[in-house]
Amino acid sequence: MSTTVNTATALTCYHCGDHAYTEDYRQDGHYFCCLGCKTVYEVLHSHNLQHYYRYNTHPGSSQRGQASRSDYLDEPAIADTLIDFKNETVTVVTFYVPAIHCSSCIWLLEHLYKLHPSIVSSQSDFMKKQVSITFQQEQLSLRQLVALLTRIGYEPKITLQDVVKAGKKLDQHSLVAKIAVAGFCFGNSMMLSFPEYFGMASFEVKYAVFFGWMNLAFCLPVLLYSARGYFRSAWQSLQQRQLNLDVPLALGIAVLFIRTASEVLSGSGPGFADTLCGLVFFILVGRWVQARTYHHISFERDYRSYFPVAVTRITGQTERPVPIADLQVGDRILIRNNEIIPADAILLKGHAALDFSFVTGESEPVQKTQGDVIYAGGRQTADAIELEITKPVSQSYLTRLWNNSGDVTEKEFHTFSNTVSRYFTPVLIFIAVIAAAFWLYQGDSGRAWGAFTAVLIIACPCALALSSPFTLSAALSIFDKNRYYVKSTGMIERMAAVDTLVFDKTGTISSPAAAAMRFNGELTTDERGMVASVCRNSVHPLSREIVKWLRVIEFKPVSAYSEQAGKGMMARLGGDSLRIGSADFVGASLRPDTVTGSQVFVAINGVVKGFFSVDQPWREGLTDMLTEFQPDYSLHLVSGDRDRSLPVLQRLFPPGATLLFNQMPDEKRNYIQQLQQRTKQVCMLGDGLNDAGALKQADFGIAVSDDINNFSPGCDAILDGRSFIKLPRFFQFAKDAVRIIHCSFGISLSYNVVGLSFAVLGTMSPLFAAVLMPLSTVTIIGFTTIATHCYAVKRQLN
Amino acid sequence: MSAIFFLIGCSVFIALIFLAAFFWANKTGQHEDTYTPSVRILFDDEVAQDTDCGPSNEHRQSAPAAREQTRS
Repeated sequence: MSTTVNTATALTCYHCGDHAYTEDYRQDGHYFCCLGCKTVYEVLHSHNLQHYYRYNTHPGSSQRGQASRSDYLDEPAIADTLIDFKNETVTVVTFYVPAIHCSSCIWLLEHLYKLHPSIVSSQSDFMKKQVSITFQQEQLSLRQLVALLTRIGYEPKITLQDVVKAGKKLDQHSLVAKIAVAGFCFGNSMMLSFPEYFGMASFEVKYAVFFGWMNLAFCLPVLLYSARGYFRSAWQSLQQRQLNLDVPLALGIAVLFIRTASEVLSGSGPGFADTLCGLVFFILVGRWVQARTYHHISFERDYRSYFPVAVTRITGQTERPVPIADLQVGDRILIRNNEIIPADAILLKGHAALDFSFVTGESEPVQKTQGDVIYAGGRQTADAIELEITKPVSQSYLTRLWNNSGDVTEKEFHTFSNTVSRYFTPVLIFIAVIAAAFWLYQGDSGRAWGAFTAVLIIACPCALALSSPFTLSAALSIFDKNRYYVKSTGMIERMAAVDTLVFDKTGTISSPAAAAMRFNGELTTDERGMVASVCRNSVHPLSREIVKWLRVIEFKPVSAYSEQAGKGMMARLGGDSLRIGSADFVGASLRPDTVTGSQVFVAINGVVKGFFSVDQPWREGLTDMLTEFQPDYSLHLVSGDRDRSLPVLQRLFPPGATLLFNQMPDEKRNYIQQLQQRTKQVCMLGDGLNDAGALKQADFGIAVSDDINNFSPGCDAILDGRSFIKLPRFFQFAKDAVRIIHCSFGISLSYNVVGLSFAVLGTMSPLFAAVLMPLSTVTIIGFTTIATHCYAVKRQLN
Repeated sequence: MSAIFFLIGCSVFIALIFLAAFFWANKTGQHEDTYTPSVRILFDDEVAQDTDCGPSNEHRQSAPAAREQTRS
């Protein structure tokens, strides 16, 4: 073995593939980055599950994160809401497990029975990131099961507004069944229509009658079952005195059936049975494509999925988890480090340092002392505190904030096909009537009926009805590949119409994860450990960043620790004394000229060792992105934060952009409203609860998130922070998609013109209709698919 | 030539069976997860050499059987 492999730089964790900084965690010749990963390995190894590491290298997820509490799962009331099924012996539960990412995950989660004898079986769904587990509840409680999953690195994500349960509601079963029936009838009626198309000898006429009746029989389920939705929708649309695209479709279907029935009953011809079935089949497929959704991402999340499932209530001497809906005014609750305050409350005990960045946009923790009122939504960043609830959860500030944002009037938007269909139907009926009138005038009433019906049949906007769904669905999967998740196909047209962009600051254009930290100076490994040990005691965000950055695993005991708010901290470690904080505090004389971010100085035994500097954590490529947007869009920034970063932002944003600070959530929403009143199509980009109202108010709301499985407010699209820089290209691509729809409309219109020229003459044969309709459909599907991918390549989104 | 009526009857009947099979598959959720089974089929069967596998094997029903049980 070469020696270089053993140097610290070359070590990667056998489990998760992260950098291993120490050789301490070692097992069977494999190195691990932390105890968590090593434990997972040991658990798997002892249960003979090493196959896990065979299917992928480093299949695990990093175990350095903190597991959340799960004691509330012992409460039957809470547990019952989570499980799918329960009888005397077994329980079935479905968990949402964000960590599922590779085939090893599937393998391990389906071999859980090896880990515990009480697990009967488990089945995972990779796309939905769910695992369904059947277990015997006698020997294994729900909490133990969750603990077991957490121990092997697959912690289920449990929230009140459960993704698993929500996903079950939406089903397309009835649509799929309708497509199946239409497809079945289409195939059979086409088979029965072929003899007619190829021509039959005179002695075969008795078959023609039989085929006609069979065809009519196949039309009935299509008309009465598969196409039912179109008639209903057309009727509703007429009642509202509007003409949507379903009106000409329903008209076409009805005319096709009437003409088929009359021809078969009178024995005058074969009818259009296969065209009718084919038309319904294709437009239903289009509808199915359009209804594509994401199972694993929820766009309709509200405060319930942000809150924890339960909090610890203190009654007398006992602590017991209760569901947050059961919390009452006057209850005493215990909030530990990193937990969220569920309701407005008064601080009774302890020191509160609350991170409200998600609610207000303010990035620095808010300090509270005993007797202070604390609003819901803050995350405690210091030690455990005790609170007394002053308002029920449903009436707290945060919940009100959310509910207020809900009364936004339905955003009106005319999609291209809506606009077209308003003119389409009148023109269609006009042509049909003119053709009929012409032939009546000529004294040929048979031909008049033929021409009238043929116009309505041939001009049935099948291809038009398919062009939007297929283009937008292809665009949706392109976005999907680039980690940008749009709620529905219809939203892409809305996105293309946007001309104004409003950004939030904290979490949107800045990313806490992207904070670039440097140490200017020299620190030995020993000194690094000392600094980390001291900083660990502080709740200041910078101290936490430093601890994270130093990546020290062994901490040393610290004595005589004291912290001066806004200045720094000092402590003793063995014989050494440390001062960490501002330049004045540690006695540093040097002041760096290029002041861009915060600095933290370090002095050990009175000697200044150097300073940590934190660059503003703007997302990568922000300036380029804003410059790219500049020519076509008007740019705005509304921040809930104070304006301390105004000078930097003025440099980042192109001149002409509006920058607003200290904006309350309501003010953000009003600002969007003001822009809309100036007939702007506004897109809001935000991340937190404070943007929820603005996101809903905007014509198109994008939630920016570094982890799409985490909470994000209700929106029209979710953008993964890593794809932030691609945003201008996404907007261009949305416009391209709309352009493709326009083009395909042109193509389908030209087919219609060809068909109509035959139809008005009253000479359209069933064979002609049976060929033209599928041909135009296939052309449109082919064109939209190819064109969308060409544009994706052009925009480098493939 | 009247055989053609019989043959068409047969073909429609068989097609109806397939339609019914599709409905059954759709109803029992066989189309819900179209990805995971494709991965699952590639997993190797385990070598039965290890005897310390634990007591789990006795308890374990085959996965489809267990699912069937829980559904009913």
